[in-house]
Parts: sequence; structure tokens; C-alpha cells
Amino acid sequence: MSSGPTTDQPMLEGSGIEKYFGAFRVLKAVDFAVAPGEAVGIVGPNGAGKTTLFGVLAGALPPSAGTVRFAGTDLTGTGAASRCRSGIARTHQVPRPFLGMSVFENTLAAARFGAGLGERAAADCAAEALERTGLMHHANRPAAALGLLDRKRLELARALATRPRVLLLDEIGGGLTEAELNLLVALIGQLKSDGLTIVWIEHILHALVRVIDRLVCMSAGAVIAQGRPEVVMADAEVRRAYLGGGVA
Amino acid sequence: MTHYNVERWTRSGRLTVGAALAGLVVLVLLPAFASGLVIDKLTTLFIYILLAVMWNLLAGYAGLVSVGQQAFFGVGGYLALRLVDAGLPPYLALIAGAAGAGIAAIPISTFALRLKGGEFAIAMWVIAEVLRILVMFDPLVQGETGTSLLALNAYDPELRRNLTYWLGLGGLALMLAGTFWLLRSHIGAAAQAIRDDEDAAASIGIDVMRIKQIIFVLAAFGCALAGTIWLASAITFLPRTNFGVQWTVFMLFMVLVGGLRTFEGPIIGALIFFLLQEVFGNLGVWYLAGLGVVAVGFALYLPAGLWGSWQQRSGLQLLSVNVVLRKSGQSTETP
Repeated sequence: MSSGPTTDQPMLEGSGIEKYFGAFRVLKAVDFAVAPGEAVGIVGPNGAGKTTLFGVLAGALPPSAGTVRFAGTDLTGTGAASRCRSGIARTHQVPRPFLGMSVFENTLAAARFGAGLGERAAADCAAEALERTGLMHHANRPAAALGLLDRKRLELARALATRPRVLLLDEIGGGLTEAELNLLVALIGQLKSDGLTIVWIEHILHALVRVIDRLVCMSAGAVIAQGRPEVVMADAEVRRAYLGGGVA
Repeated sequence: MTHYNVERWTRSGRLTVGAALAGLVVLVLLPAFASGLVIDKLTTLFIYILLAVMWNLLAGYAGLVSVGQQAFFGVGGYLALRLVDAGLPPYLALIAGAAGAGIAAIPISTFALRLKGGEFAIAMWVIAEVLRILVMFDPLVQGETGTSLLALNAYDPELRRNLTYWLGLGGLALMLAGTFWLLRSHIGAAAQAIRDDEDAAASIGIDVMRIKQIIFVLAAFGCALAGTIWLASAITFLPRTNFGVQWTVFMLFMVLVGGLRTFEGPIIGALIFFLLQEVFGNLGVWYLAGLGVVAVGFALYLPAGLWGSWQQRSGLQLLSVNVVLRKSGQSTETP
């Protein structure tokens, strides 16, 4: 769908990422990189460690070992807030709106803090994010009044309002109708052609392949295959991971 | 591109602020007309309102539920005593003592705010008890016996009453205005975001610790100011009373009954509490138990409080800390 990504230094890179929850090893020496302007899809069965990898990349979870670099700078020791301000935004798999605030206030806070904009510029940025995600007609409603789909849109709007350079999308398409999914894919494609670097975890493969340059498949805490989507999906190990047979 | 305006002031908001300013003028002039008893009662009411608004700032807007705000109420009074002992004029010492407690809140915040939810609430109570015991070691306080702010006796009783009243009124007015301004700023929005979901707030670039610290220190200063005004009106300083957990019970009661998370609710709650105190205040322990039962009842069956419920039903808001997005039509102007 686009010209191949540049081969310069990666936009965002995790090297040798290990993550333990107690004694349970959730990520096993994962190497993951995304080039500037590239769109990468991540697939894998439940429990593969996809969301945990996002947590580590976004700074919400400290890795047990390994480094995270963003545009060449080591960010491993920094928290989620400073990573967001430097340009890494994420959406959450289960939407996490600020329920006591209006939809607009949700995005306004993101523009104010994440993008570091002044009051007027933040308002315009927040409004633009609502327009792009089709939430403008809900702007002054309480976020608590939104249904699941609009909450997912709000996740995306809030992430966009931080003016990111890298966007980490965690199952943003799940539960959408075909028409809604088409709108979402068009929007994400638009963001990509605007120059945004995108990493998208998604189970809906046919949506994913319309946007991404490269597909990464994870299973049991490790990257088991990556490359062109059709090649990855034809991979024997990927098929085994999805259909079972190996590790239960 | 369509441009938008952010609306922060509503018509009712402007009217309310206008009415409040007019009320302030009347209250400033009141000592010229009202009896000493009325002035004393109003000073007490100002203290209650200040405490309620501070607890709501902390718990309602930043999600920091503390049962140890008496720590600052007590420390403020104690520091004022110490400063008077060091030779500072009493009324200056009352303000400086509150400021000192606010500064003391900074190191306390660095470890208390690492805790969350119930752990934070209980840690604050422990901190209040530790501070009470430390203060009792000071020879000036004489342990359980306590001491008095005798320097205030140098003033003519009526002048002293009026000065304390004006200190309470001025302190309350400034803290109300300051809290309102802060809550409407981006700091207030960040605090509410943290209250609703701390991790999500961090994920949009909000420095969670710094925002919590700002709110914590401001609330500590407000409670300490209430403590020094109380010291000026009661004269005596008893560690068990000034550091008493009942202050937090009062705050909880006023905020829960009036309406958590509304700006006006705690003020209404303080008025109700003040009236109850007038009628039932002499019943001692049973009165406190009754307050507790009522507060729990509100938390369970009317969690929005009286003002909050009325607001939900009527849709009316007097003082809103929220912003509304309005379309300003086509425009070529770039911000």
C-alpha cells in the first residue's frame, strides 16, 4: 500500500525485552523495531504478550531486562508520561476514558499535557482529534455516557491529541461493524500517509493488511515470525500457534 | 477549517461570583453591626467551610482520600505557637504557621503519595498521630496538658474577635478563589484525569506525582490555615484536640452530605454541619456517632450528596469547573 519503509535507525525499538510477572516469563528476549513512517501489525493468540510488549514500549511497565530506544534515545528508565510527551501514544485494549470528564475535556487534557500545547492551540488540537475520529457530536457529553464503540474512538482521539510520532493501537477494531471498520481503516491509513509511525495489535487480519507494511506474529512471549503479511500467515509455526498443537 | 471556542464561564457562574463578591463586602463590614456572638459563630463557620472545600479538593477532585488531614490542622497551630514564642506578632505567626505546614507537606507528600487508595488514607492518619506525639515532646506544649496562645490576650477582646474573624473570612475567600482557579486550570483537569484513571492519565503525558503534589500541598495549607484560625478563636492548644481525628470526620461528613466533586456541595455541607453542631453539639460521643451514621448513609444511598443530587435532577450548575466546546463558525484566523 505504500513505498517500503526507510532503513535508517528505527523510530521505536525494543531490544532483548524480558518481562516477568512474578515467576511467570511473559516476554522472552523480544526484539522489536519499527522504522519511521512504517506501519507494523502484531498478531498472535491470547496470552502471547502483545499487550505486555505495548506496556513496555509505552513505559507503563518497566521491563525486567532489555532496552527501549525512541529515535535513537534510550528511554528504558523513563515513565509513561515522559514517553508520551516525547511522542509515543497508545490506546488501551479495554478503553480507559476519564469518566468524570466530558469527551472534549478528555482530549483537551491530552493536547495540553501530551502535546504540550498552550490553551488555545490545545483546544484546536483536541477538537481536530474529535473531528477525525467522528466524536465531535459527543464533545460536551460526559465520557461515562459513551458506549463501547465510542469509548474506543475516544481512546484513539485522546492518543491523537497528544500529537504523537508513534501510535500504538491495541485492538482498536474489535467489535466494530464492517462499515465502522472501513472508516477506521481509512483513518489509520490517512494517519500513516500523514507520516505517523503505527504499530497495531489486531485480530482482524483483513483490516490489518490494508494498512500495514509488515506483520509480526507473537506466541508464548516471543516473536515467531515477521515479514510480508501473506508470508507470515503461511508460516508453519504461525499456523501451529493459532491452531494449537504445540504449547497448550 | 472550522474554529472552536472554549467556554469556561456560564451566565450562572458570573452571577454566582458577583453575588459572592457582594456577600463578601457585607461580611467584611459585618463586625460594625453584628454582635460578638454572631461574629464568633461565623468565624467557626468559615473554618468548617475551609476544611470541607480542602477535603473535597483532595478527595473529590484528585481522588486522594485522606483520614489524616488533622495532621496539618495541628501542625499549623503548633508552628504558629512556636513562631509567637520566637517573637513574631501573633496574627503574622498564624499565617506563617499555616505556610510552614504547607511547606512541611512537601516532604510528607514524597512518601505518602507513593501509596494508593486505602493505604494512603491510613498512612495519613498514622502521620497525623506521629506528628501529634512529636509535638507533645516539645516543652512549650507540655505534653497532654497543652498550652495557650497568651500573646493574643494583649489585644482588646473585641478587636481580637474581629481580627480573627477577618483572618478567617480573608483566608476562606482567598482559598475559595484559589481553589476555583486551580480546578479550572489544566492542573485541575489533570487532577481529575488522575482521579478517574491514574495509568491512563500518565499515558497522555500527565506527570501524576507532580500534579498530586500540587493538590496535596494546597490542601495541607488550607487545613493548616483552618487550624491556625481555630487556634486564634479557641486560644488553647491541646494536642489531642488539635490533632484529633474528629476534624477529618467533620470534613468527610460535610463533603459527603453536601456533594463530593461539586464545588458548591461542601459549602452547603458545612452550613448543614454548622447548624447540626449548634443543635446537637452538646451530646458528645453520641453526636459524633450520629454524624458517622449519617455520613455512611449518604455514601451508600445518596453518593452525590444533597447538592450533587439536586444538580443532577435540575441540571443547574452555579460554579462549574468544566469547559464546554462551542463552534465559532468559519474563520480564516489561525491561532
